[in-house]
Amino acid sequence: MHCVAHAASPPGPLDADQVTAARDAALGEAQRLGCTSTEFRLERIRSQHVRLRDRALEGAADDTELGIGVRVVVDGSMGFAATVATGPEQAAELVTRAVDAARTIARAGGGRVELAEEPSHGSVQWTSSFTVDPVDVPLADKVAQLDDWSGRVLSADHVDHVTAQVLAVTEDTYYADLGGTEATQRRVRVHPVVEALALDGDGFETMRTVAPPAGRGWEYLGGDGWDWDSELADLPGLLRDKVRAPSVDAGQYDLVVDPTNLWLTIHESIGHATELDRALGYEAAYAGTSFATVDQLGALRYGAPIMHVTGDRTTPNGLATVGIDHEGVPGQSFDLIRDGILAGYQLDRSIAASSGSGASNGCAFADSPLHVPIQRMANVSLEPAGDDGPTTEDLIGGVERGLYIVGDKSWSIDMQRYNFQFTGQRFFRIEHGRLAGQVRDVAYQATTTDFWGALEAVGGRSTYLLGGAFNCGKGQPGQVAPVSHGCPSVVVRNVRILNTRDESGR
Amino acid sequence: MTTDGLPPAQAVVDEVLAAAAPGSEDCVVLVEEISEVDVRFANNTTTTNGTRRDRKVTVISLRESGPGTAVGVARRGGAVDVAELVRAAERDAGESPPADDVSPLIEPPGAASLVSSLDRFHAPPDSTELSVLSGVLSGLAGAFSRARDGDYVLAGYAEHRSATTYLGTSTGLRLAHAQPAGALQLLARSSDGSASTWAGAGTADFTDVSIGALEDRLRSRLAWSDQQLARPAGRYEVILPPEAVADLMVNLAFEAGGRDTEDGKTVFSRPGGGTRIGDQLSPLPFDLRSDPAEPGLECSPFLAAASSWGDTSVFDNGLPLLRTDWIAGGRLQRLRYHRAGAARSGVQPAGFIGNAVLELPGATGSVEDMVAGTERGLLLTCLWYIREVDPATLLLTGLTRDGVYVVEDGVVVGAANNFRFNESPVDLLARVSEAGAAVRAFGRELGEDFNRTRMPPLRIPDFNMSSVSQAS
Repeated sequence: MHCVAHAASPPGPLDADQVTAARDAALGEAQRLGCTSTEFRLERIRSQHVRLRDRALEGAADDTELGIGVRVVVDGSMGFAATVATGPEQAAELVTRAVDAARTIARAGGGRVELAEEPSHGSVQWTSSFTVDPVDVPLADKVAQLDDWSGRVLSADHVDHVTAQVLAVTEDTYYADLGGTEATQRRVRVHPVVEALALDGDGFETMRTVAPPAGRGWEYLGGDGWDWDSELADLPGLLRDKVRAPSVDAGQYDLVVDPTNLWLTIHESIGHATELDRALGYEAAYAGTSFATVDQLGALRYGAPIMHVTGDRTTPNGLATVGIDHEGVPGQSFDLIRDGILAGYQLDRSIAASSGSGASNGCAFADSPLHVPIQRMANVSLEPAGDDGPTTEDLIGGVERGLYIVGDKSWSIDMQRYNFQFTGQRFFRIEHGRLAGQVRDVAYQATTTDFWGALEAVGGRSTYLLGGAFNCGKGQPGQVAPVSHGCPSVVVRNVRILNTRDESGR
Repeated sequence: MTTDGLPPAQAVVDEVLAAAAPGSEDCVVLVEEISEVDVRFANNTTTTNGTRRDRKVTVISLRESGPGTAVGVARRGGAVDVAELVRAAERDAGESPPADDVSPLIEPPGAASLVSSLDRFHAPPDSTELSVLSGVLSGLAGAFSRARDGDYVLAGYAEHRSATTYLGTSTGLRLAHAQPAGALQLLARSSDGSASTWAGAGTADFTDVSIGALEDRLRSRLAWSDQQLARPAGRYEVILPPEAVADLMVNLAFEAGGRDTEDGKTVFSRPGGGTRIGDQLSPLPFDLRSDPAEPGLECSPFLAAASSWGDTSVFDNGLPLLRTDWIAGGRLQRLRYHRAGAARSGVQPAGFIGNAVLELPGATGSVEDMVAGTERGLLLTCLWYIREVDPATLLLTGLTRDGVYVVEDGVVVGAANNFRFNESPVDLLARVSEAGAAVRAFGRELGEDFNRTRMPPLRIPDFNMSSVSQAS
């Protein structure tokens, strides 16, 4: 399929005149009340979630959120107010409420809020790359697609249950600020998932597709960007082998980690640890802080010298990719780790200003028009070794006794991003450089700098995959953000492997 | 029109039901009116804040389709175009295969337990304002100042929410419920970052919580951290405070779905088929219950479901929710079922209820009493980043957070490092050796989503601390 250019349009059902009227009312009121900074954001977020269970439709929901959020800075204090009413009177009233909130809360002991300088970017129009808007696809087609996939997997004798679901989102954002930037932006994303389950005497095992969520349209389900036919054909056999597999012997192993698993380890141990709001303590009460403190910038040995990690809000098909962020800062790319050394942080405008970091690098995001923008993750990705770098088979060939880990499943990491534990979809023993069948009940546990310090090799471009998630949580009230992480397959030496049955004491 | 230009919720309900295709099509409409205020603080200063007004209108359209009934669900925010919304729901019903959770819609007048919900339908929604947090805001300035003087840093969060849900059906049912919910959380870190401690409380209206009370608790706990004691991974006697028990038991309760269990997918599945209902999960006669009338934890007495999912069915909208004992006398007693699933399985339906209480009848002690009765052990503050590792055993992993205190001969003698744990809450119930009195508890991780719990402190003789976490 070829890519068709889609024009960004104002968040419907409002037309351009209605959007302009609300904007003018809000920004005019902000100027009248002496705000030094104001961002007006009118958004429509359409989503559809469809789920089949053993080929029966379990639930489908078609949701449209529409509203306005206004953030002001007045007398050095910040206030945010939002509503689902979109008329000009309500837009002006929102500014009054945001100003009142800023002044009330300042009396409770607020420090002065400053935003990093950002020039006007004039009028910006931007859409993510997609062919078919997934929210416009009829429900019947979605059900038929998921039913077809379910049928293929369920037809295998040893598959007892199958669930198939897809979540599709289309965000339309209109943004305008007192600095003169105005943007109309559309972002589209889909996440299809199929999971098979086999009962097995005293328990059960599952195997889920490892196809990543993508900043693509409905064409993704038809094979544009992923080989669904092949993955669905392999799923039952992989599940059968997992059911028959022996339980892993706990101990130290060399790992080859597939990008379908490694993206989540990058997300948790690098993505969140290099958020400057966390490093400075602004998430201390909730998401946590970071071991990668500011005094170690340019000095912290994060991992092996072959480790290069970027933050990027321009990655094609990336879930955190934008034209412009929710503070009027264009999407951009920047170093986080270079030659294994901490080289930078992800920033929004208030964090950039409070830390003297210069300009924001465009990481402000709110998951709803009703939520205040906070610093959220860029697409944080590990660079591959290059076009002629090793294949995954080459990497496996260099391991004498180890495990090859594919697909993400369970994840947990501490509030300063030191100690993590991950499981996966499937685990293959490596013996003398070759795969030697699956094992099960595997979890790997490590401390971030130990793990990345033991990074011995990164695969070439052929192993590179853009993984990701729709549901990264942060902030209070809680917000969820979509984000992608690209990475190659890697070799990590001498990692602690747990047997999860032993851990449960059974 | 209301002040924000939106028509009243009751008018939206009527308009939707009038717009639904007459005669053959049944319809359910939910209007949720939400008003929220919040303020965050960190580094001894207030940071972000928000005031917001939300309205969500959900239309559930039912269509008879030969072999069964198909469902279409559409939801819109704000000033909805009712005709467009109803058409979207009807279109999705027209494109859907028959549902497998079909039951007749609930008929009025509804159960005796719903009398106040019938009346509530005719009243305007509750709303909240920043003034609800005025006590918190006036307490903060002094607290920040004391923190600077005391060489520690405060962070935290206060939020209050009013959500009023209006339900109407084409069978004539009209119900509403107004649910207030709030929480105050406070965290103190020593200025050198070596120690951290937390306190949190759920509340309906902020009249029963204060910055000062939480601050006192934090200061005494920070003092415990003056003595830092390294402890290795291993199994420890542990006192789980009610806040930690809340997160573990809410995880357990979420897993108690009838359909998944019958399909063999949960810790409550019986190997070889069926469920473990009737099994003795604990040697102690614990009760785990949910009850909309639970004093202090009141929540919706009827079911409101904006989509069908797992053991929740849109057909059950308006179903009276009554006290449900998930575990009684230590035995697994009930699992969640919608009416259609319950009929298939020959059990009583049990809907999702917005509170949970774990209680050991007759237990009276507090955390302090349990510390006094401990020869050697660890007292935890709360748990964090709890994730399922193995659904078959409900093995959970996670971290201790914001204070692990070493107890020797009945007193706290210092603070230890944090740990990663691997434990199943079902196994913990089997191994618990002592419980205290159940008190209102706000789970560190799940409290914001599941505000209303009452939990006891528990003593676990052999809690599995899998590895050390360097986080402090």
